[in-house]
Amino acid sequence: MNEEPTNYGDVAEVAAGNKPSAAVVGTRPVRPDGVDKVTGRARFGADMQLPGSLVGMVFRSPHAHARLLKVDVSAALALPGVKAIVTAADLPEIPDDQAMDKGQPPDFRDMSANILAREKVLYEGHAIAAVAAIDELTARHAMTLIDVDYAVLPHVIDLHQAMEPDAPLLNDHNFTKGIKPVPKKPSNIASRYEQIHGDVVAGFAQADVIIEEEFSTQPVHQGYIEPHACLVNVRPSGRTDIWCSTQGQFMVRAYCARLLQIPLADLRVFPMEIGGGFGGKTTVYLEPLAILLSKKSGKPVRMEMSRADVFKATGPTSGSYIRMKIGARNDGTIVAAEGVLCYQAGAYPGSPVRLGCMTAFAPYNIPNIKLIGYDVLVNRPKSAAYRAPGAPMASFAAESLMDILAQQLDIDPLELRLRNAADNGTQTAYGVTFKNIGYRQTLEAARAHPHYNAPLGPDQGRGVASGFWFNIGGQSSAAVDINQDGSVLVTTGTPDIGGSRASMAMMAADVLGVGYEQIQVRIADTGSIAHSDLTGGSRVTFAVGMAVSQAASAMVEELRRRAALLWRVEVDQVSWMGGVARLMASGGSSSLSLTQIAASSAETGGPIAVEISLNAQGAGPGFATHICDVQLDKETGRVTVVRYTAIQDVGKAIHPSYVEGQMQGGAVQGIGWALNEAYLYDENGRLLNPGFLDYRVPVASDVPMIDTVLIEVPNPRHPFGVKGVGEVPIVPPLGAVANAVSRAAGTRLYDLPMSPTAIHKALKRAARRRS
Amino acid sequence: MTISIHASVNGEPCQFQCGTTDTLLKVLRENLQLTGTKQGCGTGDCGACSVIMNGELVCACLVLAVECGQADIRTVEGLSSAGQLHSLQQAFLDNAALQCGICTPGLLMASKALLDKHPQPDETQIRYWIAGNLCRCTGYDKIVRAIMGCVS
Ligand code: FES
Ligand code: FES
Repeated sequence: MNEEPTNYGDVAEVAAGNKPSAAVVGTRPVRPDGVDKVTGRARFGADMQLPGSLVGMVFRSPHAHARLLKVDVSAALALPGVKAIVTAADLPEIPDDQAMDKGQPPDFRDMSANILAREKVLYEGHAIAAVAAIDELTARHAMTLIDVDYAVLPHVIDLHQAMEPDAPLLNDHNFTKGIKPVPKKPSNIASRYEQIHGDVVAGFAQADVIIEEEFSTQPVHQGYIEPHACLVNVRPSGRTDIWCSTQGQFMVRAYCARLLQIPLADLRVFPMEIGGGFGGKTTVYLEPLAILLSKKSGKPVRMEMSRADVFKATGPTSGSYIRMKIGARNDGTIVAAEGVLCYQAGAYPGSPVRLGCMTAFAPYNIPNIKLIGYDVLVNRPKSAAYRAPGAPMASFAAESLMDILAQQLDIDPLELRLRNAADNGTQTAYGVTFKNIGYRQTLEAARAHPHYNAPLGPDQGRGVASGFWFNIGGQSSAAVDINQDGSVLVTTGTPDIGGSRASMAMMAADVLGVGYEQIQVRIADTGSIAHSDLTGGSRVTFAVGMAVSQAASAMVEELRRRAALLWRVEVDQVSWMGGVARLMASGGSSSLSLTQIAASSAETGGPIAVEISLNAQGAGPGFATHICDVQLDKETGRVTVVRYTAIQDVGKAIHPSYVEGQMQGGAVQGIGWALNEAYLYDENGRLLNPGFLDYRVPVASDVPMIDTVLIEVPNPRHPFGVKGVGEVPIVPPLGAVANAVSRAAGTRLYDLPMSPTAIHKALKRAARRRS
Repeated sequence: MTISIHASVNGEPCQFQCGTTDTLLKVLRENLQLTGTKQGCGTGDCGACSVIMNGELVCACLVLAVECGQADIRTVEGLSSAGQLHSLQQAFLDNAALQCGICTPGLLMASKALLDKHPQPDETQIRYWIAGNLCRCTGYDKIVRAIMGCVS
């Protein structure tokens, strides 16, 4: 998700209805798309080909910050085999007042300037032109013929330097939003956000202990293994087909239409299988360029990013600097929390700092909180959403403070959290009152877990941390069709990024009372189902699952009606159980199977189909508590995670294996964030590690098995009790690993990543202090 | 310059034309339409393009197509036979060892190469053997379990 959730904690009531039986839900069947994926037949973003396709390639800035004095593509265009070149001049200007919808991000002016730079380039890798040629070699050759004159400008990569009054400015017209009166001088601070709850001055006055520390985290990339890729065919009629890897085909259609000023109806987006996204595929980079190139050349155009382009020019999440303070009584009751959070936005505004402020202390019932967030422009790629956007960094700071507090007060860290845990009825600092949450249960399960009570070896440390994510609902569509042979087709409009076809089929099976194998699930293109918001925000199993369940319920009604027509009785004479219609008057001995009803559909009004569109409300918030054991090599500073347990309230696990998978995957991404991953720049603002060799994500030999405990406190707003599960698993690991390392090292680590060098330094510092 | 290469792909004799700079990955995906082998990096760092060449596990993105004369090349498309999934494929499905599935073909070929050479690896051997195959979705837990389940 790249937009802020808008419907968290909403309180409307669920429509009363029969709870479906759960014969399939909760089991672990093989996913419907499984065989295609293990046999190499599933087609991902780069796997589509059309005859006569051109290769599209992007020309990118070598400079971190420069004015474009001249962009001359004539020599490149003259090269035989080059069929089209586009620059920002080919993109429609988006007037200021049409940049955003109702003041809500995204900002399409910024997006337009990000996909092809106008006037200035703002980071190394910023796109300047795109070429379409008959093959890759020709396209590469054309790149060398593009003639650009740059006036290189001073750049700023560092967050603190960017906030200085005399820092090089990315945007001369950026006047910090959220400050009154509006500043007269432009700066790199795009906006200021303030969250105030209670009275922190009065709160801290009641504190026996006050702890204040500074923390920092580095930008990390989502690191999906599949680079962005698309194939676009603009036909002479203007009708355009797009095949791409995205978290939302409707998002791609809407953004391309908006950026290029094309009617929505002219664009049809076919979502390919998606090789990971984690939030990073919730915007567009290549698709608008491919449309322009295909239109100009009259040929289909294929584009695929290199891994270096993915690192340099797609959104990592923000690096951050956080100063935070908490105050507590001697018994561990937290009375106040205060802090300043600065997040790197990258080249254009839009870091998730606000979500950081909202989530930092959400697991706790703290009466007085004041958090200030700053969204800061730097000469780095524009940040993009990454799993629970904004929460992990803020949580790292908050959960480190909790650990320091536990150590100072000599209270068990889980006990300290239990004493302050948010409960049903707790009013959060951002305004919502929690209902049906299972946070406390995660802490209790952690305390009872054998892991928590296992002895530690020498140079080992154990850390715990908790985390929160809102989870969202949103617009979702689902169709259920009965084929003539009685098989069932479920269609949705949201890409399956981690097994959601299985959970959709399972919910539909239980509502219809039919077997899982009887159901096929299809993810449709934008021309084949009504709008659906993208896959993100942990919304699919909840919101799309709600649409599928409702469509299946409506289908049950329709099937009863069809059976009644066949029997020539009123519909209330027909019951539906186990996938079979029964005539009540017969005592149930007269029955019609789904197959029989389907076979005679022509006599009862034609094909049997139902489609439901809704805007799901009432997503249940997610809470998790993680336990991490590390082994520290004090000589080298190297840390190994030796045991890890993730505990989470998941509402209801539709397919437990894929829920566990979300928890395990999120935990390991968080471990990478804590220990290894970082963007490293040279003095010219050029990325030093744009590849998987030097930007090291965790590999199999870096991590142990990730133990999981699923707590199920059902969400009454969903027919099966589902809460989103995908995002919260990445929130606690940063704190859990840092707390474990700090305890193993006997000294606190405040900065991520905790590389061997950083730990080695911290150990030396601590030794000096002691001697 | 184009060169004509004779090789065997998944047990079938095959001939393709390639340029001197073309990689085996490009030939598999574009010339032979075998898109099961994926490109995650093109530089040998992710393992998404893992295939077995003359019995050895290789990154297809690092092998030049012109090196493949007379070679025996095995890709994910050739793993199942006569409609019967290979035990690794079935184990990946049963263990939910894939989420997005982009890493899966490479991991299947890497695990096959492992079991061909070391039929009884322990967890640590498995983890080090597949350390060249990145998976960003699963945290490796279920992948390692799936492979362990296939140890004879
Ligand atoms: S594509 Fe070959 S190793 Fe990544
Ligand atoms: S399942 Fe997505 S990268 Fe492995």
